[in-house]
Amino acid sequence: MEYFDTLIVILQSTVRVSVPLILAALAGLYSERAGIFDIGLEGKMLAAAFAGGAAAAVTASALIGLAAAIFVSVCLALVHGFASITQRGNQIVSGVAINFIALGATVILGQAWFRQGGRTPQLSGDSRFTTVELPYAAEIADIPVIGSIYSNLLSGHFMLTYLAFALVPFTWWVLYRTRFGLRLRAVGENPGAVDTAGISVTWLRYRAVICCGILCGIAGAYLSMAMTAGFVKGMTAGKGFIALAALIFAKWKPVNVMFACLLFGFLDAMSIRMQGNELPIIGVVPVQFMQALPYLLTVILLAGFIGKAIPPRAGGVPYVKER
Amino acid sequence: MSAPYAKLPAWVDYGLIPLINLIVAFLVAGLVVLAVGESPLRAASLLIEGAFGYGEGIGFTLYYATNFIFTGLAVAVAFHCGLFNIGGEGQAYVAGLGVALPCLWLDQFAPWYVIFPAAILGSALVGGFWAMIPGWLQAKRGSHVVITTIMFNFIASSLMVYVLVDVLKPAGSMAPQTRTFAEGGQLPRLDWLLASVGLDIGGAPFNMSFLLALVAAFVVWLVIWRTKLGYEIRTMGHSPTAASYAGIRQSRIIIITMMMSGALAGMMALNPIMGDQHRMQLDFVGGAGFVGIAVALMGRSHPVGIVPAAILFGMLYQGGAEISFEMPQISRDMITIIQGLVILFAGALENMFRPAITAFFATLGGARSDKSLPAAE
Repeated sequence: MEYFDTLIVILQSTVRVSVPLILAALAGLYSERAGIFDIGLEGKMLAAAFAGGAAAAVTASALIGLAAAIFVSVCLALVHGFASITQRGNQIVSGVAINFIALGATVILGQAWFRQGGRTPQLSGDSRFTTVELPYAAEIADIPVIGSIYSNLLSGHFMLTYLAFALVPFTWWVLYRTRFGLRLRAVGENPGAVDTAGISVTWLRYRAVICCGILCGIAGAYLSMAMTAGFVKGMTAGKGFIALAALIFAKWKPVNVMFACLLFGFLDAMSIRMQGNELPIIGVVPVQFMQALPYLLTVILLAGFIGKAIPPRAGGVPYVKER
Repeated sequence: MSAPYAKLPAWVDYGLIPLINLIVAFLVAGLVVLAVGESPLRAASLLIEGAFGYGEGIGFTLYYATNFIFTGLAVAVAFHCGLFNIGGEGQAYVAGLGVALPCLWLDQFAPWYVIFPAAILGSALVGGFWAMIPGWLQAKRGSHVVITTIMFNFIASSLMVYVLVDVLKPAGSMAPQTRTFAEGGQLPRLDWLLASVGLDIGGAPFNMSFLLALVAAFVVWLVIWRTKLGYEIRTMGHSPTAASYAGIRQSRIIIITMMMSGALAGMMALNPIMGDQHRMQLDFVGGAGFVGIAVALMGRSHPVGIVPAAILFGMLYQGGAEISFEMPQISRDMITIIQGLVILFAGALENMFRPAITAFFATLGGARSDKSLPAAE
């Protein structure tokens, strides 16, 4: 029973740390499936976390914070779109630029506005998202196994957590069951064909980039307004890149994305839990190894040693209409 | 669609357009300064004063520039082959081992001029090896070098934390760093160089590795533009198809280019470790690998452009530190913004102003030819 409780605790924190990964990886999915590589997920998420934290602190409303987070993230996404769609610039370079601008601007503006060393004021009450108890969670908590799973693992998360998991089937539906999704996938594989069919490649790609911005915005809001109460300098700490790794690991498929993010989140939760503890058979595993594992796994996958990750064919290539 | 833009004079292409992009980047940065409630003009004058106003400032500017010459060259070499090496940060970090280990082994017995070549070799080998793996994966397994080098940055960071905390940290010490090197592991400073023009560098750690950086810049020029290998690299960068028709072995070139790139990034580790701190600390690279991207883009991947671009960023680093004394609102992080803006405007948006400039020169040319025609009206 003790092991079971430990497992529930680990799984619960797995869910907690996976949410921003899922949101950011789904964001990247919309963009990359449309042929726009985006390594600026990290920057957009960071800027959104700051905007959310700052707006919520000033207005004392979590919803306004969320709106501000989404707004800022979409603006950055549009910069990326402008550079890579309209100007046909290098998409990697543009993504790198956005990461740096967000990293610097959040600290400079945070320090100028709040004077707390790059933090935003502590959020409380209405300015922060609160956890939701599912119905009857307290009543059935005492039932062994099921009660524990229901009330500790499934219940008691933030609204945004449930939203993130709901977005997984939603994204699948959009991508594979709607006209927009079909065109989105087509424009990432063969923009020429989409153009021939009389559909604007530019407008489609812009819409994909905006979707990416919205989801990164929610991910950022989750970080600064749900997971913690306020923005802290550099709080994304590479999550955008783990999300990118998860997206590749999932071979650009929505349901796989969720499992990849849960796996990487689980590794993260385990590495915190296991610090200094010995594992049976293997002995002490350095924490750093656990932290590097998502990246190692992605490299191994990319190299084609476990399956093969094939990116959208037109990814990274600006579309030039025939002259 | 082979030439989307009309041909411009070389000085416009290599001088004017990069300059305009740079100015726009700084104007936007000025807006940020304004938004924070400080005067951009005063910030700019403080910046230049702090970076070039006195000997010690110049020493620090050139010290930072040394890092950026190495990492800028690393990114540029890969660019010539059409590869984007974002892994300079990780390559330099791991290459710290190639510098620190010879120092730790030999510093009691050998003078610096024996250890320095060993450390150069060590850093280049380790950095080159760390970049070779993504290169090999790209060449043989088709995994994209951008993604693998990003992943390798994180792997490098975890690896180095492990090595510094669990292996190299002297017993009984709390700080995650190696012991301080003896005399042999310390590079002589170049105070005589600036003293010859009457400047006192004070405490600035401006050292021998600056000269090595200049040599590296020259060697890069030599290899890329004056050897068969360089020709093959540039051919690959322009057109992989043409390269393979010409009988160039693509995978070999990709791997060699990545190794060169990694070796250059790796040599950056010499400057902070042997030149300044005389020990290897956690996170000694401090983002220099990423600055290299901005430097290479600004310098148009040519050593002649990279060295001044690196000095400009050295100025931003040193001057930025000075500004924060006078304007507490503006910290080092301002440099991160400028770096991002330079990458955005000189890299991703490099062609934004080109149509307008082309049009401007076309009308200029048109006006001239109009004049040459008698009685055109």
